Order: sequence, then structure tokens, then C-alpha cells
Amino acid sequence: MGPSGTGKTTLLNLITRQLSPDRGTILVDGDDISGYSIERLYEMRRRFGVLFQNGALLTDLSVFENVAFPLREHTRLGEALIRHVVLMKLHAVGLRGAAELMPSQLSGGMARRVALARAIVMDPSILIYDEPFVGLDPISMGVIARLVREFNDALGITSIVVSHDVHEIGEVADYSYVIADGRVAAAGKPQELRTESSDLVRQFMLGLADGPVAFHYDAPDYAEQLFGAKRD
Amino acid sequence: MFRDIWITLTGFLHSFGGMWLFFLRLVQYTPQVIYKRFSLVVYQVYNAGALSLVVIMISGLFVGAVLGLLAHSSLERFNAEDTTGIFAGLGLVKGIGPVLTALLFAGRAGTALTSEIGLMKATDQLSAMEMMAVDPLRYVAVPRFLGGVVAMPFLAAIFSAIGLLGAHIVVVEQYGVDVGSYWQQMQNIMDMEDVYEGITKSIVFGVVASLVAVWEGYNSMPTAEGVGRATTRTVVVTSIAVLFFNYMITAIYI
Repeated sequence: MGPSGTGKTTLLNLITRQLSPDRGTILVDGDDISGYSIERLYEMRRRFGVLFQNGALLTDLSVFENVAFPLREHTRLGEALIRHVVLMKLHAVGLRGAAELMPSQLSGGMARRVALARAIVMDPSILIYDEPFVGLDPISMGVIARLVREFNDALGITSIVVSHDVHEIGEVADYSYVIADGRVAAAGKPQELRTESSDLVRQFMLGLADGPVAFHYDAPDYAEQLFGAKRD
Repeated sequence: MFRDIWITLTGFLHSFGGMWLFFLRLVQYTPQVIYKRFSLVVYQVYNAGALSLVVIMISGLFVGAVLGLLAHSSLERFNAEDTTGIFAGLGLVKGIGPVLTALLFAGRAGTALTSEIGLMKATDQLSAMEMMAVDPLRYVAVPRFLGGVVAMPFLAAIFSAIGLLGAHIVVVEQYGVDVGSYWQQMQNIMDMEDVYEGITKSIVFGVVASLVAVWEGYNSMPTAEGVGRATTRTVVVTSIAVLFFNYMITAIYI
């Protein structure tokens, strides 16, 4: 968690090595992936499932083919088996009936559920969500939150959720980190974070307009700017 | 001012070098893509070819007709209407055919490729592929590049063939030049060398137009404005490059 622009997405891109670090190491399952070659990186990414903010479905493929895409690329499963797996995953997100639709026919919440089905189709051990709750109506948001929690428990995987939605994170997370200015400002269970004493964390958790993150963007003196021209 | 020129120059060299490296990577992956993803390549050949086919056939007919008109009206003064076929044949096969095909291709299929890839990038589809351990270069870029490269020589051949028909309609049907001498003169003067020149050009132009289209899409800014600009650049860069290479190849063959 963290306010906008504090490096949440950068951190996520580092974990998945879409970005390379200037210094330091990235440990995934105890392996330092910062120096991996592209082939080893792809090998490692098969253990990852990533849910992008807007779903990032391939627009020229149907819902079914989108979910089948990783299977077709990485396995030699027969058509019947692929069909079974895909329908099972779609059923898990409640969209088995939408298998033949194209991504453009889906609502935002549905697209994200399809993307979630695609993310779990290879049975990953780590599932990463980038702002899964942004721009959804309360019902879809509740559905996604439930799925995040369910998949985590039912599949026994590690879930990393990046969000600035304090309330929803409180619902689904076991442990959270608040990131500010490129470093960890606080960590703990969601309930513990609410009682955190640091000004910045309190401002963020309670959604206050003013605090360490100022309401005003850096600007020259107000009076100076308004009346400065006259004085010249 | 010198600073601006310097920045422009280095910027140009930077993107030129980038495009060249991109081209080498496309070529490097080509055998693998043909072997493993043949159906994707076939689909893209169909896509690029079918997109441009109608445009190219209609344009070819009219360009040929104009060529026939101009050639006939000039040659008529020397009582050499019989040789109009040579003029139309050489002009279409060696020069105008491949060049106009490439320019029309850039406008029709090239822009479609650029905006398609640019939008895929803007909507995170390329990143999503990377995260699913599928290389978008191999899945998206190479098949589209090959599609254009394969389609272009055929399109140029169709353009020239229909152009000859257009010239035939004007010269033979309208002006009444003898049909035998129209085709016979063409056959006597033109040899395979001329056809090879046309084929060479259309292959080079195919590589250039497809490379530019795919490169611009792949490197577009992932915003609405960025994709729009990349699409425009595709047409501009392809046009200049095609006309430049047209001059170079013509000079080499002469």
C-alpha cells in the first residue's frame, strides 16, 4: 500500500523483473533474479501469475482463447484437456458462460475476472495483483476481493496485492506494508497499521487531506505569484 | 542552433541504430517463428495482403491507364504508337509498380500494423505476454514483419499486371493501337533483367515498409497521442525510405 507515486508499481515491476535494478538484489524463492538471462527469466515467470490493472486481455482472442493462451504456449496438452482446464478456471471466476465472448464485450469487472482466470491457469506459486480494485463498482470489487482471498487459501499460493484501497486491503490481506518515498514506512497486520503513530501512515490510513503529504503541490508563494506582476 | 542540429542528428542516428538492431533481432528469430508459429505467419500474410489488395488493384488500373495516355500522346508525335507497350511495361514493372505498391501498402497495411501494435502496448498486452513468458517480439512482431515481407512482391506483381491491363484498355481499346504490336513490342524489348529489378525492389520495399511499421508500433509511446504519432511516422518514414532505395536500386541496375 502507499500513496500514489511512491514506487509501488516500480517495486512490482522489479519483482517480476520488467525493470532491472541499478543496484541490490531481488530474491524470489531465495534465488537472486537480478542477473537472470531472458531465457531463465521466462522460465521463472511461468511460476508467476500477474493480474494487470485493466486486465490486459489479448483483444484479438476470445475469452476462452485468452485463458487457454498460456497453456497453448507452454504445454503440449491435448485439445480436450485444455478445454477442461480452461472451463474449470472460468467456472472458478464465475464466467464459464462468457467463454465465447470477445474482450470488448466484457465489463471492466468481468475483464478483470477473465484476466484472473488466465493468471491462475498455469497454477502459479506466486500471484501478483496490480491495483485490482481500481475503477470497479462495489459489487465487482467485492467479487474480486473474495476471489483474491479464495485463491490464496484454496490454491496455497503467495499473493502480492498492490493497492491504495485501505478498506479492501484490510479485508483480504494477512500482512501489509505501507510504502512512502521509496522505502517501507510501516508494516504489520492491517488492524495494527490503523493505530500506527507515524504521521504519514496515519494520514494514509485515515485518508486525511493534509499531513506529511501536503494538499498543495510545491508552488511559489501565493501572494507573490498573484500580485508579483504588479510590483515589477 | 548548432546544438539543436546536433540533438536532431544524434536523435536520428539513435533511432536508426535502434531500428537496425531491431531488424537483426527480427531476422534472428525468423527461422524459429516460421518453424513453430507458421499459422501466425500465414495469417499475417493474408492480413497484410488482403488489406491492401483492393486499394492496389484499383490504383494499378488507373496508374496504368494514365501511363498509357501519356505514353501514347508523346509517342504519337513520332509515329511510334506501336511502342507504347514498351513504355508502359518498363515503367510499371521497373519503377512505378513497386514504388506505388510500397507507398499504398504503408498507407493501408503499415498504418494498421503500427496502430495495432501500439494499442497492444498501450493496453499492457505486450507486458502481459512477457509476464506469461511469451516473447512479444516472437509472437507479435516477427509474424507481422514476415507477413508484409511475403505479401509485398505479390502485391507489386498484381499492381503491375493490372496496370498493364489499364494501359491496354486505353492504348488498344481507346486509341486503336494494334493489340499485337502493343504486347509484342513489350516482349521484344523487355527481358528478365527488368523483371528481376522490379522483384528486387519489391522485396527491399517489403522489408523496409514492414520493418518501419512494426518498429514504430513497438516503440510508440503507450498513449492515444503516441500511437497516433507513430502511425503518421510510419507513412512518412516508409515513403522517404522507399523513394531513397528506389533511386539506389535503379542506379545499381543501370
